[in-house]
Amino acid sequence: MNDESREEVVSVEGLTARLEGTTILKDVSFKVYRGEVLVIMGRSGSGKTVLMKHMIGLFTPVEGRVLINGIDIHAADEATRVRIRQRFGVLFQSGGLLGSMTLSENIFLPLAEHADMPARLKEMLVRMKLGMVRLDGYDDLLPAELSGGMKKRAGLARAMVRDPEILFFDEPSAGLDPVTSAELDRTIVSINEGMGTTMIVVSHELQSILNIAHRVIMLDGEEKGVIAEGDPRELMHSSRDLRVTNFLNRRVG
Amino acid sequence: MKKRDGSVRLNVTGSAMSHVVISLMGSLSLDTMPRVSTDMKSHVQDLKPSRLTIDCSGVDYFDTAAALLIATFKEEAEDGGLPVELTNLSSHTRKIMSLADVKHLSGGLPHPQEQAVRPVAGIGDMTITAAREFRALITFLGEIILAFVHSLAHVPEIRWVDVASNVRRIGVQGLPIVGLISLLVGLIIAFMSSLQLKPLGGNIFVAPLVGIAMVKELAPLMTAIIVAGRSGSAFAAELGTMVVNEEVDALVIMGFDPMKFLVVPRVMAAFIVVPLLTLYADLFGLAGGLVVGVLGLDLTFMTYINQTGNSIAVSDITTGLIKSVVFAAIISGIGCHRGLRVERGAEGVGTATTSAVVTSIFLIVLADSIFAVVFHYL
Repeated sequence: MNDESREEVVSVEGLTARLEGTTILKDVSFKVYRGEVLVIMGRSGSGKTVLMKHMIGLFTPVEGRVLINGIDIHAADEATRVRIRQRFGVLFQSGGLLGSMTLSENIFLPLAEHADMPARLKEMLVRMKLGMVRLDGYDDLLPAELSGGMKKRAGLARAMVRDPEILFFDEPSAGLDPVTSAELDRTIVSINEGMGTTMIVVSHELQSILNIAHRVIMLDGEEKGVIAEGDPRELMHSSRDLRVTNFLNRRVG
Repeated sequence: MKKRDGSVRLNVTGSAMSHVVISLMGSLSLDTMPRVSTDMKSHVQDLKPSRLTIDCSGVDYFDTAAALLIATFKEEAEDGGLPVELTNLSSHTRKIMSLADVKHLSGGLPHPQEQAVRPVAGIGDMTITAAREFRALITFLGEIILAFVHSLAHVPEIRWVDVASNVRRIGVQGLPIVGLISLLVGLIIAFMSSLQLKPLGGNIFVAPLVGIAMVKELAPLMTAIIVAGRSGSAFAAELGTMVVNEEVDALVIMGFDPMKFLVVPRVMAAFIVVPLLTLYADLFGLAGGLVVGVLGLDLTFMTYINQTGNSIAVSDITTGLIKSVVFAAIISGIGCHRGLRVERGAEGVGTATTSAVVTSIFLIVLADSIFAVVFHYL
C-alpha cells in the first residue's frame, strides 16, 4: 500500500460538527488516499458516525469542509452533489434497505436513474452483485425475512451496484456473530483488492480493524478530534498515548 | 441460603431503658424487611433502650434490601443517640452488609423535578414551539409544492406503482368504513330531524335536510376525518419508521429526493381518492336518510329521491368536492411531514402518528369553518 500513488480521494479540512447545540467534533482534518482501507475508530460517543455522515453529505458542518475528488460537497449545487453521490456507495449500520421492496428491487434502485441502460443488463448486474455477496437466490425476499448478516450483505450489494470508487461503511460488524463478521471482513478486503475501491469504515471492532485496515484514525470524545493516525498494529504496540493502546489492546485504563 | 419463603419472626428480650436484644429469625428480604423495620422501630420507641443488639443468628435468608434497611435503621438510631450492634452475622450476611454503604448510596438518583405551574412562561413556551412548528410546516409545504410541480412537469418520473398502491390503501380499503359511517350519519340526521319535523307535519323536509347537510358539510368532513385517522396516521408511521431505519438516508445517498420518491405519490393518491370517497359518502349518506324516510316517515322511495334531487344543486356538490381536495392536501401533507420529522426511535414514531391525526383533524375542521364563511359570502 505504501507505493501506491497517494492520490487524495477525500479530504476533510477543519471540520467542526455540532448536533443540537453540542459540539461533537472540533477542527478535524485528515485525508483518505485512493485504494486504501481507512478505518475511523474510537470509543462509543467519540463522533465516528457523525463524522461519516458529514463526509457523505447528510449533515452540514458548522465550520470546515469536506472535499470529494477535490469538490466541496456542501458548497456544491444540487446537480453536482447528485453526481458526486453517484460515485460513492454507503452501507448503513442497519443495512438501510427499503422495507417495502424485495432484495433485488432494493439493489435495482441506484440503477433507476440510468434509464439508458437496457433492462436485461441491469438485471444481470443486480444478479452479479448478489452473487458477489453470496445472496444469489434470495432476490425475491423482503428485508424483514432476512437475518442481520444477510441484510448487511444485501446493503453492501446495493452500495456496490454502480461500482463506486469509494465505499463508506458504518459499523459493518455491529450485531454480527464472529464468523459472519469475519466473512464480511473478507468480502471487504477482496473488493478492495479486486476493484481498487477506496474504503472508509467506521468501526470499533478490534479484530475487524486489524483484519481490514491499511490505516486508522482514532477519534476521542473529549478531544473532539483525531488523537492518532497510522498503521493499527504499530499503534497497538508503540503508541505513547494510553487511550490508543488501551483501545487497541482491549484494556481498561 | 434457603430460598426466601416470606416468614420472619422477631423476638425481643431485655428491659425498658436498658439493654434490649432483638433476635431476627427467618428470611429477611425485600418482602419481609419493611415490616420488620417498622416493628423494630416501634419496639425501640416503646422500650427506649440505652443499648440495642440485633441478633441475626436465626436468619436463614438475607438480601441487599434487608441490608439497606438494617443499615439505615442503625444509622438513624445512632444519630438519635442509641448505640446499635449487629451480632452473629453469617459470613454471607456480613458480605452483603458491607455493600450497604448508606452514606455513599444516599443522595444519588436525581428526583424528577416537580414542575411548578408557570402559566405565563408556559404559554410563552407553547407559543414559541407553535411558531417553530408552523415555520417548519410552511417550509415543508414549499418543498412539496416544488416537488409536485416538478413531478407534473416530468410525468414519466412519477412512481405510478406507489400512487396506485396508495390509492388502493386509502381508497379501496377505506370503502367499507366510509360507507358504513356515512350511512349511519345519514340515518342519524334523518332520524333526529324527523323527530322535530314530524309533529309539525314537515316529513317532506327531511330529504332536503339530509341531502344538503351531507353533500355540503358532513360527507366531506366525515370522510376527511376517517381518512386522516386511517391513512394520515399510516403515512406518518411508515415514513417515521423509514427515518428510524436509515432508509431515508439511504435514499438521499442514492441520489433520490425523499419528497419526490415518498411524498408525492402519497399526496397524489390522496388528491385522487378523497374526492371520490366524498362522492361515495354522499351516496351512502343519502341512502341512510332514505331508509329513515321510507321506513319511518311513510315517504315513498320516489318521493324521497325527488325531494333530495330537487333540493341539491350542482354547486352544493362542487362545494363539497372543493373542500375534499383541500382536506386531501391537509391529510397527506401533515401525515408525511410528521413522519419525515421523526427522531429517536419507536417513541418518536408513536408521537408522530398521534400528532399527524390530531393536527390533521384540527386543520380540517379549521378549514371547514373558513369555507363556511367564504362560501356564504361568495
